Amino acid sequence: MKKDTIKISDIVDALNLKIECGEKLLNREIKGGYASDLLSDVMANTKEGDIWVTLQGHPNIVAVAKLKEIAGIILVNNRRPEQETLKKAEAEEVPILTSTLPSFELIGKLYKMGISGMR
Amino acid sequence: MLRCLRADLHIHTCLSPCGDLTMSPYRIVTRAREMKLDIIGICDHNSAENVQATKNASSDKNIKILAGMEVTTAEEVHIIALFDETREVLDLQKQVYEHLPPVENNEALFGPQIIVNELDEVEGYNKRLLITATSITLKELVAEIHNLGGLAVASHIDRETYGIIGQLGFIPDDLELDALEISPRISRSEALARFPEINKFPLISASDAHHLEDIGKAPTSFLLEAPTIHEIEKALTNRDGRKVLLQ
Repeated sequence: MKKDTIKISDIVDALNLKIECGEKLLNREIKGGYASDLLSDVMANTKEGDIWVTLQGHPNIVAVAKLKEIAGIILVNNRRPEQETLKKAEAEEVPILTSTLPSFELIGKLYKMGISGMR
Repeated sequence: MLRCLRADLHIHTCLSPCGDLTMSPYRIVTRAREMKLDIIGICDHNSAENVQATKNASSDKNIKILAGMEVTTAEEVHIIALFDETREVLDLQKQVYEHLPPVENNEALFGPQIIVNELDEVEGYNKRLLITATSITLKELVAEIHNLGGLAVASHIDRETYGIIGQLGFIPDDLELDALEISPRISRSEALARFPEINKFPLISASDAHHLEDIGKAPTSFLLEAPTIHEIEKALTNRDGRKVLLQ
């Protein structure tokens, strides 16, 4: 049975995420997920199309997301991206979303929606 | 005779992908003199390939260049290594290169990594991905810096990103850091109020300059007989009259 594709807009609506940037990119398909706050680990282990859950808000997250063709980034726990991060993310077309939930809760909900880390 | 020497021990060059293109040896040294600095540390991310050029550029100037590097540990903590001699930091660089992932830098995303000479002419580009973490742990790194005769200083401990307290939550008891660096964003008293545990360590401040105009922000003054690592080490441990002078 073919799963329905999940788009960024689907998780924004379902999980009440705030769109910090990339409003026009919400049609992007989410193929999987990865959670880590170590950028070196993200660089080594994410796959193209992953949604990335992290608490880091500094500009390097955009470069890593772009490099790894990540679908989008979710910052947890009320964390906000730095101004420079947002500027870079707009330029590089990386959507950044924020959630009031801690990582554990947010990832649980994403998983329930059918997004998996293993694929 | 003991002298008061002003130091900015943490300055990046255009070799760091995030360093401004104008951060070239001659301009850095000139700016440092304008800011009345006596000692500067050249500390690029995971590389030291512009250290000797900066030393060469300073040959007719009354300023001491320390050979440094800002290493990213496996925990993604930034540690500054400072040495007297270029060959010492190049020994560390060899090990750092062996512990970086075999991935090339992406200039468009992270920035160019420019190797220059003392005349500020481009000599080449470092192709490694210098912005990422090495697989060297904090403990291994500090031990290796000491083994090579250098000082290990935890960078910008008040910054959540890549600062030791932000990354680990605390400073491990068994880590033999020579000093902690406070960034220009915060005063010494603010830092002590926010992170009481840091009073066990010698504190310095440094600019972490990535742009010329930041050089010399929050310098540290030392009472030393000469601008050497050995003398600075004595000042950090308050020996033989050597001291870190409070700002």
